[in-house]
Amino acid sequence: MDIIYFLAGFGILAGIYGVFTLGLNVHWGYTGLFNIGVAGFFALGAYTAALLTTAPPSPELFEDFVFGGNLANTLQLGIDLWFFVALACAAIVSGVVALVVGAITLRLRDDYLAISTLGIAESVRLMFLNEKWLANGSRGLSDIPKFLGDFVTPKQYDLLYFAVVIIVLAALYFVIQRAINSPWGRVLRAIREDEEATAAAGKNVFRFKLQAFILGAAVMGIGGALYAHGFRYVDPMVFDPLLATFIVWVMLMVGGSGNNLGALMGAFIVWGIWSGTQFLPPEINNPNLRFFLIGFLLVLVIMLRPNGMIGERRRVSEGGT
Amino acid sequence: MTSSQIDNNPIRQSTGGQTADSQPILEVRDLVKDFGGVRAVDHCSLDVMPGTITGLIGPNGAGKTTLFNLISGFHKLTAGTITFLGKRIDGMEAHETFHAGLVRTFQIPREFKYMTVLENLMLVPANQEGERIWASWFTPWRIAPQERAIERQALETLEFLNLDHLKDEYAANLSGGQKKLLELGRTLMAKPKMILLDEPSAGVSPALTDLLMEDIRRTQEETGITILIIEHNMRVVMSLCDPVIVLSEGRKLMEGTPEEVQRDEEVLRAYLGFSGEASAAAGENTAHETAPNEAEFGETKAGA
Repeated sequence: MDIIYFLAGFGILAGIYGVFTLGLNVHWGYTGLFNIGVAGFFALGAYTAALLTTAPPSPELFEDFVFGGNLANTLQLGIDLWFFVALACAAIVSGVVALVVGAITLRLRDDYLAISTLGIAESVRLMFLNEKWLANGSRGLSDIPKFLGDFVTPKQYDLLYFAVVIIVLAALYFVIQRAINSPWGRVLRAIREDEEATAAAGKNVFRFKLQAFILGAAVMGIGGALYAHGFRYVDPMVFDPLLATFIVWVMLMVGGSGNNLGALMGAFIVWGIWSGTQFLPPEINNPNLRFFLIGFLLVLVIMLRPNGMIGERRRVSEGGT
Repeated sequence: MTSSQIDNNPIRQSTGGQTADSQPILEVRDLVKDFGGVRAVDHCSLDVMPGTITGLIGPNGAGKTTLFNLISGFHKLTAGTITFLGKRIDGMEAHETFHAGLVRTFQIPREFKYMTVLENLMLVPANQEGERIWASWFTPWRIAPQERAIERQALETLEFLNLDHLKDEYAANLSGGQKKLLELGRTLMAKPKMILLDEPSAGVSPALTDLLMEDIRRTQEETGITILIIEHNMRVVMSLCDPVIVLSEGRKLMEGTPEEVQRDEEVLRAYLGFSGEASAAAGENTAHETAPNEAEFGETKAGA
């Protein structure tokens, strides 16, 4: 039976990574926006959810901490309803930050977006680390409330939350697919192929890029909120670039950029390798092995299937109407 | 805009009415463009009359493509004015000039590589309901009929260009000449008032050039659209364009019928860099070049 709990725990994180790869796919896979600051939107989403719902830690332990949302209790709404508010607010906060960053950088050359997203991600992390009054600095926020936690035993919570993650993931997948398959998504793909030609076709390239940037960032923010309520603890170390940005890129590259199913598959495969290495026999179980394996997989996929395991699907017309 | 407003005929187009025939559709006045210390366009003034296929020729570096970039809003001008259909369009961005009714192609085809040929065309029409980010979530029923109409228009355009058998192919897999046709198709999808074609025959085989010329001529005849063409291939200019405007060193050198332009001494000097009897001889040669070999007035001879 324990294997089920392990799989649920694995599935929660893989599913949350799936949310990030969906968001990154909107940015990179469909629009060609080079966002290397996934961690920033992850952190904004996670902290937004945590700050809104978590009771302040006891003052003896946490001297500097003055702001603790705990709105859930203050406003008598019940944490289970607050979960949805937290998810929505996480999306909004990430989206607003994306709006500001995008409005400044999306008119410039692509490289500026890369530089600024990397910078923003690190700034967000350092802000939460150093502004101790805001979110308790390096000690982080713990005891983030469970969603529907009263209905199950603590052990079963993972199973329940796995279902929650999958439902949210499926909903996001559906919403993004709809948008990408619409004429709106067609403009994004045209921008990815050639910005100037898209402008020559009368499209306001900046506006579409900004919309895509905000949508992808909001999705990442929701992923962050899911993380906060799943692991119930956040501190700035969670959002280090390796596990919060670059692994998401590897997942997208492996699975197939420009294909949302591929993006999800990449998340589960890469996270499977990452967390599966712990079961290797002790003789070969070296912590560096997982880095090697992930790198090896990436090289293999890029050499053998440059578009990822399932790359972008060609949109064949249905032959007349 | 509702689906019923989308005209399904790819080539029917109303251009007349807005301007009397004596009024130019496009007026360029005293246009200046500096790139750092280089003056690419130097107080250039020219008019394009509605319903014409006007040629724009000149040696390399004369400022032809820069002029296109200025008119279509891809570059910001340093000074001067551009008026299109009586409305100032200088200062407009590229996508805004499109909506004013002015569509351009690029010298090197810029197809959307990893989109199908059909999608390349379906992207273009303006005011698509489905281009709103929320339309697919909240008002999907408004998208479908419009998409069907646009798809029909795109298929008709592909038939017109003889590309319909390639509709589901990635644009990246097309030949150079087919990509040129695709560019032309994209401009037709826009139902513009005026098209700027940047070297439509560059890199295209003579046989396909004939086809392309025929398509351009048919487009003009059937739609009454105004076309301004940058072209080095004198065979194309001679048979397609009237009038022809010659640019040199960023300004208009002369304007006239193809015959007048080819006989003009100053034009020959600008192209060939010498004058007098030699240029007259060269002029004779070029004028008599009736065989379908590519007489590249600007490229090959100027390089000699």
